[in-house]
Amino acid sequence: MRNNPLSSIAIHSVLILYSLLALFPLVLIAINSFKSKKGIFRDPMALPLGDLYSSKGYQSVLANGDFPLYFGNSLIVTLISLVFILLLGAMAAHALTEFRFKGNGLLGLYLILGIMVPIRLGTVALLELFVKLGLTNTLTALVLVYTAQGLPIAIFIFTEFLKSVSGEIKDSARIDGLSEYRIFFEVVLPLIRPVIATVAVFSMIPIWNDLWFPLILSPGEGTRTVTLGIQQFIGQYTVNWSAVLAALSVAIMPVLVMYVIFSKQLIRGITAGAVKG
Amino acid sequence: MATLDINNVVKQFGKVEVIHDTSLSVKDGELMVFVGPSGCGKSTMLRMIAGLEELTAGEIKIGGKKVDRLPPAKRGIAMVFQSYALYPHKDVRGNLGFALRHAGMPKAEVTQRVDAAADILGLGPLMERRPSELSGGQRQRVAIGRAIVREPEVFLFDEPLSNLDAALRVHMRVEILKLHQRLKSTMIYVTHDQVEAMTLADRIVVFRDGCVEQIGTPLELYRNPANKFVAGFIGSPAMNFIDADVINGNAIHASEAIASVPSSSTKDANYTKVSIGIRPEDIQIQANGKWSGTVEVYEHLGGEAYLHVLLVDKQTVVARADADSHYRIGETVRFNVVQSKLHMFAEDGKAIPKT
Repeated sequence: MRNNPLSSIAIHSVLILYSLLALFPLVLIAINSFKSKKGIFRDPMALPLGDLYSSKGYQSVLANGDFPLYFGNSLIVTLISLVFILLLGAMAAHALTEFRFKGNGLLGLYLILGIMVPIRLGTVALLELFVKLGLTNTLTALVLVYTAQGLPIAIFIFTEFLKSVSGEIKDSARIDGLSEYRIFFEVVLPLIRPVIATVAVFSMIPIWNDLWFPLILSPGEGTRTVTLGIQQFIGQYTVNWSAVLAALSVAIMPVLVMYVIFSKQLIRGITAGAVKG
Repeated sequence: MATLDINNVVKQFGKVEVIHDTSLSVKDGELMVFVGPSGCGKSTMLRMIAGLEELTAGEIKIGGKKVDRLPPAKRGIAMVFQSYALYPHKDVRGNLGFALRHAGMPKAEVTQRVDAAADILGLGPLMERRPSELSGGQRQRVAIGRAIVREPEVFLFDEPLSNLDAALRVHMRVEILKLHQRLKSTMIYVTHDQVEAMTLADRIVVFRDGCVEQIGTPLELYRNPANKFVAGFIGSPAMNFIDADVINGNAIHASEAIASVPSSSTKDANYTKVSIGIRPEDIQIQANGKWSGTVEVYEHLGGEAYLHVLLVDKQTVVARADADSHYRIGETVRFNVVQSKLHMFAEDGKAIPKT
């Protein structure tokens, strides 16, 4: 199979076709962000060359003083949620796989039940809760919701992976005198680095892209995230398409950078070789 | 260096009792081997000594001090695992010194101890490598080195050679033996391989189903097994067992009296059936032998050969044959057994004492 050039060509053409499909809308956004509104509608497929080129969209995004704030908000919410998801998820999975205690199986089931129930179903209750707690229009509310949203799948993936980690290496650390916390941080975490990267990528993108919870829980001027901030270019009667597309192009950047960082970790983790070769 | 005492230890997992009331003691500087088939409780016993499993009842003392409530690091033990259990993200030096640095030992002393251990095990050129860059034998040496640097009172080995290939296993076995002679420390070694047990041990403990079957030196177990299980487990190829009826104090096999059952025991217990144990090396193939059978399988190992002989009553015995001999499948052979080396077991498996 591996050496058959025909099957290799077939596999690659499928992959290339899929990549084209996936990249097409992104490229469309990118090239149209460099055109004026007229240019976008006159010739949406053309490259922004000659008289089609216009940097008006970027100018209006940069001229808008609030955009750095929106970016900061998105980054803060995404990164802090991510840290909580990874830390709490890995710790919970470690406890579920490593320790024998009553109700272990039920607790595990309870923790991953959230995979089946979309958190948006609870929006009304969440809003009521945050109003009572006085947390509306805060980034804290978003961090809490996103952490809850990301934990089930994180715990599920971590649990499955931790089951395959050798118990002897943890026992060995115990004999070396490490506390259970240090075993987790110094022995288990380095072992599961590639999975951490996977879970991070999985959890990060929906949080960054989410419009629902920022719109409902913290639509205030100071706590807007990028996705919500872009909405101001979409008016009731006119839409500043150049600015929307420019803002979207810029908004993709941080996710792209984080993705590159994590995927490098992912590949390094796979190639480093773990307990036995 | 220290003695180790295990007193009336019981271990239950849920409702299942896996270790039944077991007591044994290991002398200072002794290499004790726990041997038995898988699931016999030998590894569980080792893990209880290490402190990785709690005792359900009983006590464990190391050097006369009760340790069964102490955490593993405070017991003065070091353990070598089957899968080596090295930290994959640390290099060899980091792996060796980890426990010491963690315990807050001054840097200079850590370096000195790590270098000393590396010297003993010949790890010098590998110090900067990661475990993934080492071969199986090298990894196992690092794992042993990690135990040595801690200068424990008792070394615990949990099937350390099982993951190595056959040639390397023999080599590492000799290295462990040399290490024991050099360090003269108390060691407990768990294995399911009776050859490892025979070659390494000062004394062997044979486990079965959570009970100690017999404790003794390798030769004691080989020459005077306490029961049929130990007799069959120790020695390779395994001892042959032939069922025989007892009539008038004689064990009768295929209507021939092949051995006399000790008369005193006959009267005491009234044996009607016994199992005769014959080691393959105690069978002498002779043209005028009293026993006869047909050759079923002929295994030649170069230096020695083994015949699987089907007796008239369809029982099979394995016999050691001369390396220069030639046999054809289906050929009839005659042989004698060394009467003084016969073992006899009652129906409950217990050895019938020789008189």
